[in-house]
Amino acid sequence: MSALLDKKEGAEHLLMGNEAIARGALEAGAKVAAGYPGTPSSEIIESLAGVAKETNMYVEWSVNEKVAMEVAAAASFAELRSLCVMKQNGVNVASDFLLHLAGSGTRGGMVLVPCDDPGALSSINEGESRFFARTVEIPLLEPGDFQEAKDMTKWAFELSEELKQLVMLRSVTRLSHASGNVKFGTLPTEESTARFRCDGFILDPDEGVVISAPVDYKHSQQHEKLKRAKEIFEDSPFNTYEGPDKPELLIITSSACTLYSREAISILGLKDRVGLLKMGTTWPLPPKLLTRYLSLTEKILIVEEVLPFLEENVKVIAAETASEIGIKKFYGKNDDTIPMVGELNPDHVINAIAKILEIDYLPRPEEYSAKTQGLAFFGAPQRELIFCPGCPHRASFWSIHNALELDGRKGFVCGDIGCYTMALLPTGFTTLKTVHAMGSGSGLASGFGKLGQFGLDQPVLAVCGDSTFFHSAIPALINARHHKSDFTLVVLDNSGTAMTGFQPHPGLKVNAMGDNVPDLDIAELCRAMGARVEIRDPFELEETRETLNELMEDKEGLKVLILRQICGLSPEKKAGKKYEMAINEEICLGENCGCNRVCTRIFRCPGLVWDKEKQVTRLDEVICTGCGVCADICPAGAITRKEAV
Amino acid sequence: MAGTQLPNDPYNIIITGVGGQGNVMASRVLANMLVKKGYYVTIGETFGASQRGGSVMSHLRISKKDTWSPQIPKGKAHMIVALEPTEAIRVLADYGNPDVKVVSNTRPIHPAGVLAGDLAYPALEETKKTARGISSEAWFIDATDEALKLGNPILGNIIMLGALSGLDDLPLDKEDFREVIAKSIPQNKIDINLKAFDLGRELLKQ
Repeated sequence: MSALLDKKEGAEHLLMGNEAIARGALEAGAKVAAGYPGTPSSEIIESLAGVAKETNMYVEWSVNEKVAMEVAAAASFAELRSLCVMKQNGVNVASDFLLHLAGSGTRGGMVLVPCDDPGALSSINEGESRFFARTVEIPLLEPGDFQEAKDMTKWAFELSEELKQLVMLRSVTRLSHASGNVKFGTLPTEESTARFRCDGFILDPDEGVVISAPVDYKHSQQHEKLKRAKEIFEDSPFNTYEGPDKPELLIITSSACTLYSREAISILGLKDRVGLLKMGTTWPLPPKLLTRYLSLTEKILIVEEVLPFLEENVKVIAAETASEIGIKKFYGKNDDTIPMVGELNPDHVINAIAKILEIDYLPRPEEYSAKTQGLAFFGAPQRELIFCPGCPHRASFWSIHNALELDGRKGFVCGDIGCYTMALLPTGFTTLKTVHAMGSGSGLASGFGKLGQFGLDQPVLAVCGDSTFFHSAIPALINARHHKSDFTLVVLDNSGTAMTGFQPHPGLKVNAMGDNVPDLDIAELCRAMGARVEIRDPFELEETRETLNELMEDKEGLKVLILRQICGLSPEKKAGKKYEMAINEEICLGENCGCNRVCTRIFRCPGLVWDKEKQVTRLDEVICTGCGVCADICPAGAITRKEAV
Repeated sequence: MAGTQLPNDPYNIIITGVGGQGNVMASRVLANMLVKKGYYVTIGETFGASQRGGSVMSHLRISKKDTWSPQIPKGKAHMIVALEPTEAIRVLADYGNPDVKVVSNTRPIHPAGVLAGDLAYPALEETKKTARGISSEAWFIDATDEALKLGNPILGNIIMLGALSGLDDLPLDKEDFREVIAKSIPQNKIDINLKAFDLGRELLKQ
């Protein structure tokens, strides 16, 4: 049984922040959860899907974040508690519905959990979801540790129900993907029944039509809800102060930065000089509470990720109450005391405090630091990101790259979001030339494909993964077909949402909860749009390359090449090698071959090692997954494969 | 270890390695063993590059009193467990100090730049010398090689955990280990994991 279902009140478990949020949703009796995979958010839905049967929940990986929010909202409208989960940029995808949902209000408690990625540890942006809470005017909560991740999630449902409004609970990578001790509360035993009441008076929040109009009425209702939230937040136990009555410096912080700030104060030994106001309710800020703490001192440091959201909102309150509390000196992101870009850590906070209070801080003896100078460079060679051994993407981009070279018209590839984004790098032969949002590769290609009128004569290609195809490439393809845009889409179909941990998508026969479901065929969908469709195995290098060159020659409209080969990390692939590989060191001529060491210098599979002493390529049996592809790239035939038994 | 007193509170461990080596699994097992003993444990992890050949680190904070930041401040590690030897050096450069201890695997995983011949990979003896020059003590263990003898290279992690338990800085006993892994691996794999754990302890003493 999953630890998440432990019924013992007070039981203590080591949970990831994401698991703690999932447990909070279980303790609140959430019945429906929907999301789209995205690091660092994915384990919330995964954890709930894993216990859906035992708890009679409905959990899905939706086709994209907007649909996820709509699916979760439907449950709320039917008086169930529901959860909706996504990474930071997912909120952008869902934002049109979000705006209208905030206007219409909710019924059963509904919580939106965006997990932001300060420092872009697993993203190509460090977008901020918190501003959405302010923009669409809904309450925002930010847990400061693992226990709070659970407790505040549970409370968020109660708050949502009281206000009849969606509540945003924002996490970050260093909470979602960090782990800590969490004490459990109780799990509910009563069952919930779904019923959508919609025949009442139009303005009735419980029985009327669910809509954000009439706008003036609904918008004023929304403001009443925010006012009520402010009052509730004035007394929230999730806003805490620790420190002296009259601190020299007051730190105001939220989320994971609470732990960094506490550590910084502890390391500098400033518990008697620096106060720490940790805000759990960060929009709307409770003004009386803020005014009370701002009154304690003249110097205020605001520590947060990523943008100065809390900083701006605190400054508004300080300006409004200046006649009462006096003029304050603020430190934070706007004056560069705290970096505006990247994630924070205890050291950033230590440096900020040390600067403000003019304290010298040396984390270790200078002579030690001197000894480590240059070590990270010379003693530990840099590790560039590479495709895994046996990854189908390496083979796919090998063929795409070679097809473009052979074609010779300076064709280019618009990239998209997934592991294959790394084809920007040498591991994918620097093949991708644009990368933006989910599905944007196809949208951009649709645009490039119309520029022939202005003399653009380069072949246009786009790539997308199978999950990205369903998420948002489809509208771009429909657009391209309808407007007769000329481009070739390569669907890198590895049978799962591989980047985030192999979650299912609509192209598969199984859903998040492990049920059998109908699978939608990418090839059939593309044919229905009127595209020319070819399907190849990317491990067949020559055939793939030839097909691509032929598609690029075909000038008429939308072409789709589906390269189908399952992810190297899938359980099927990990179960065993298809081929036993061998390298004949007699045949490998190394630098004298004339091949420019194509296997180790360019193909760069980590299973192939250049042996400097012997001047030959060696096989690393521990790393090799036996995909067999490298046998086809060695011009000398030194690499051989035989079927594994 | 006799009592449950930590040498430092919080006690800061960094488990480092290369994506795919089982860094996350090793940190979870270790943390759960300590939670069973009544400690607060915080783990901070880098996930994104974890399967893609990048350097990965798990920061563990062990405390009798509180939850600590999931990132260890620079220069404040007490123990570095390296599943790959040059990763020990990379972590020492940022988080080391004169009192830090190091337990490292000896098996190299060559970065793509080294495989391609663009970058040099230091000889093991050189790495050992460097590590010993900037730590209070450093142990090097042929964990992957020994794991291959046991039939699966991934057991290298468990050998490393066994070695860590042999240092007696932390209350890590075999019974806790057995109970923790029994929750996450099939019954028929438990014996081989226990064997790997014991082997780690022995190798440390050699």
